[in-house]
Amino acid sequence: MKPFTTLTAPAAPLPIANLDTDQIIPKQFLATVERTGLAKGLFYDLRFDEEGREKPDCPLNQSAFADAQILIAGANFGCGSSREHAPWALADFGIRALIAPSFADIFYNNCFNNGLLPIVLPQGAVDELMAEAKGANHVFVVDLAKQIVSAPSGKTFNFDIDPGRKRKLLEGLDDIGLSLKREEDIARFEDLRRIGAAWRR
Amino acid sequence: MPGKTLYDKIWDSHLVATESDGTSLLYIDLHLIHEVTSPQAFAGLRAAGRAVRRPDLMLAVADHNTPTLKQDAGIAAVADGEARLQLETLDRNVAEAGVEYFPMGDVRNGIVHVVGPEQGRTQPGMTIVCGDSHTSTHGAFGALAFGIGTSEVEHVMATQTLRARKAKNMRVRFEGAPARGVYAKDYVLAMIGAIGMGGGTGHVIEYDGPAIRALSMEARMTVCNMSIEAGARAGLIAPDENTFRYLMGRAGAPKGGAWQEALLYWKTLHADPDCVWDAEHTIDVSSLAPQVTWGTNPGQVCGVDETIPSPDEYEEAIQRDTARRALAYMGLESGQKLEGLKIDRVFIGSCTNARIEDLRVVAEIVKGARVAAGVRALVVPGSGLVRAQAEEEELDRIFIDAGFEWREPGCSMCLGMNPDIAAPGERVASTSNRNFEGRQGRGARTHLMSPASAAAAALAGAITDVRGMQ
Repeated sequence: MKPFTTLTAPAAPLPIANLDTDQIIPKQFLATVERTGLAKGLFYDLRFDEEGREKPDCPLNQSAFADAQILIAGANFGCGSSREHAPWALADFGIRALIAPSFADIFYNNCFNNGLLPIVLPQGAVDELMAEAKGANHVFVVDLAKQIVSAPSGKTFNFDIDPGRKRKLLEGLDDIGLSLKREEDIARFEDLRRIGAAWRR
Repeated sequence: MPGKTLYDKIWDSHLVATESDGTSLLYIDLHLIHEVTSPQAFAGLRAAGRAVRRPDLMLAVADHNTPTLKQDAGIAAVADGEARLQLETLDRNVAEAGVEYFPMGDVRNGIVHVVGPEQGRTQPGMTIVCGDSHTSTHGAFGALAFGIGTSEVEHVMATQTLRARKAKNMRVRFEGAPARGVYAKDYVLAMIGAIGMGGGTGHVIEYDGPAIRALSMEARMTVCNMSIEAGARAGLIAPDENTFRYLMGRAGAPKGGAWQEALLYWKTLHADPDCVWDAEHTIDVSSLAPQVTWGTNPGQVCGVDETIPSPDEYEEAIQRDTARRALAYMGLESGQKLEGLKIDRVFIGSCTNARIEDLRVVAEIVKGARVAAGVRALVVPGSGLVRAQAEEEELDRIFIDAGFEWREPGCSMCLGMNPDIAAPGERVASTSNRNFEGRQGRGARTHLMSPASAAAAALAGAITDVRGMQ
């Protein structure tokens, strides 16, 4: 996995709460056996009208945000289904960091398995960043090691992150590789729990 | 030291190791898979030269994109090329890995969360995962069950463990006895309305109280199923005699001496009286009316006899904005009554409400009556076995005579990955779990409700208070 250290990039504002995974990547794009190629379906109903034409009022269709690698959104981002197609679509579109007042649990977890950094900040801070993203200069800096987001105005915001998840992103760690080092522990656990428990497989 | 909650007990008994950064390695007892969220996991394993560690702890079904007509024609007859490729890929992957599999058309096939319990594979005290958020359904048996992403599916396949962080403990007590016409679906919709669609985020909910104890296992599954709609990591109910009676004799349940051993263990699976809850809520079901959603998330819900609230009633600007957006999408106005609102479609199905008891409730209401003119109504049973049971009881005749389409099992119109979708602007009375924008088809307007309320809506051609019809 590609490590995440610092990111200097434009941020696009999506001032909507509860952007669920059905909106992030609608059902018609789920019938794939690949992890890539999902960018075309990202926020499909927000970005395109019924005839498949771009909606000009969607920030993601505006030239100012063409190179956005950061999204700033409303609370409870990623609620709904467990589909990892949501972070795959975001990553495929070029998004590397998300900023919102809260994220749904499964989506939040899925981000870290795809080199995507979800940043939780208080509603007030998100509102300020949202306002800045709508301004002429909307290049933000995210420094994961220092846990700081810097807005174009120079104002900075500190964010919290679980140390294990932070390390995983910074070093681009492979979870399966790490867990397989615990094979002895896993095998011992399996042996012990079958003692006096014939019903267990 | 304070006592433990049921979640604490299951967590502790599955802890393989804890890393220095606090990440836990949790052992997984049952891994359910389906065609949509597993192909990339198998591909990842293959690319890394890794094997499936415990195929005997897995169970596979095809459910999300399967058509609900002519399943016996097989995968080759599935019209959508991409869906067909996913189904073929699942076939190949499970054969290669040696995973037990109920393919489309097998009588044991159906929605993964209906099949697991039906087969007795879902048992108290287990950890159960699946690449599907409604895995919380299995919590009805006192199992810790939750949805995971595809990278985690691959991780579980390779290691039979999950890297996890412990959630907080929430208890929701349901008190009182419901009025006639009020069901488990109404309980859980009312709860989501009360705590909000993000109200359970970061928590595992344990449901308890006399109203929960009085529910059948199938109704408990309906409650646990929608835990995720409140944002909770999982929902569970301590097992009791109902649970044991349901499990006894099922294919995957322990037999003989092993059953007795299991039973002794299962009876220890309850919260200690001195445990500590991080959050607690109480819902009195005796005052509940049948619940119907008016918006585009399951928390935007009210009693069928109430009027749609005004966005201005919400405290926070973002909630007001969300409510306004929802009303615009749904083509509704605040102050409007839900009762009498005309509907175009009815969907009886999904992992929330497609078990035999749900179908019996619907049959009782629609027996001898007719679906209103202009309304298209579907009954999609949760599994082949549910379908067979319904046919044995001749419920299918009641549905067909009333003008319902009687389909083959699958997720169907709950998420509209198969051909069953609604047209833009169509209003759907649905027994499923999500009313998100576009979920049942672009522009489709979903109203979530119980099977009884959906049956009543089908006959009236409009949202109706089922209490007046039973």
